[in-house]
Amino acid sequence: MSRVSHGPGQRRRFFRRGPWENAATALIGVGVFMLMQSFSLWLFGYSFAVILVGTIGFVIVSHFPEA
Amino acid sequence: MAVTRPGKPVQRARGLSDRAVAWIFISPTIVLLLAINIFPLLWTIYLSFTNYRANQPGRPVRWVGVENYERLLGSEDIWEYLQATAHFVGWSIFFQVVLGLGLALLINRQFKGHTALTTLILLPMMLSPAVVGVFWTYIYQPQAGIFNYIINFFIDAGSFTMIGDVNLAPWSIVLVDTWMWTPYVMLICLAGLRSIPDYIYEAAEVDRASKLRQFWSITLPMVLPFLMLAVLFRAIENFKMFDMVVELTSGGPGSITELASINLKREAFEKWRTGYSSAFAVILFVTVFGAGNIYVKFLNKVKQR
Repeated sequence: MSRVSHGPGQRRRFFRRGPWENAATALIGVGVFMLMQSFSLWLFGYSFAVILVGTIGFVIVSHFPEA
Repeated sequence: MAVTRPGKPVQRARGLSDRAVAWIFISPTIVLLLAINIFPLLWTIYLSFTNYRANQPGRPVRWVGVENYERLLGSEDIWEYLQATAHFVGWSIFFQVVLGLGLALLINRQFKGHTALTTLILLPMMLSPAVVGVFWTYIYQPQAGIFNYIINFFIDAGSFTMIGDVNLAPWSIVLVDTWMWTPYVMLICLAGLRSIPDYIYEAAEVDRASKLRQFWSITLPMVLPFLMLAVLFRAIENFKMFDMVVELTSGGPGSITELASINLKREAFEKWRTGYSSAFAVILFVTVFGAGNIYVKFLNKVKQR
């Protein structure tokens, strides 16, 4: 069975800062909205977890290479 | 005769190296930062996982895990305080941006006495928020306050109380904050407007661009980074707003204007639930930090355009 090799170039392309930073930003935005919305206590309950994951993610991915 | 060995820093022979001098100069700042910022932050995070009460120092402290967070994020009261905070932050920033930009556009026209007018407009932001809170309670007084008098002069609103009415109280704090901080937004916008070179407008005039077109295509895009910076500062400040609102309404009537920071203070220093309030503080901190990150990223993008 042949194995697919993931070279450093492919890994670098996957761990680009741009898309990951956008994803983390979106997560923080959704979390802040969940924290301050006025229609669901359930959304409020999970808001902090979403913001925390987004913020920690943002800090990590901001150290990824630009391209 | 002394011989200098190759590879050895020359500075060492004369005294301290540049790097050592730099460390000596910045180390007091780093120590201070660690002592008054980083340590309290880490200590608060630790306390948020305990049942510690600051008014009972002899009581054994128990590790409760994420119990404080679960109670906070399942509480309808906390949810309401955060909604009140969102209302306050959102509307006050909206009004401050609209009025601040409008005033900046007016002041930017070089008319006679514009310097004196600028100084007058800037006066409210030079006052202490607590003082502003106190004197606006007098302005809002239903019997003797000037606010009711002015409203009744224009429309027959009858007898009403701004800070005693459940529907009006949230708007009363928005109004005071807008009155106080619009000059700040105006000042930042004015800096942005003054940085736009005249030749861009002259080129637009040659191309027969209308005033509205000039505003949308030149003024607004070039002022936007400044405006966003003002919004970032005001959003963070308003999210933490405490003194002005406490003096004005004390969170009332009921708890309609009880912002997150006011409730945090009540939990920490009236009910003495230190662990619980620490968890609340951590939630607010992470929210502001996360939102600040988004904003700085967006600001950098706008600047790069």
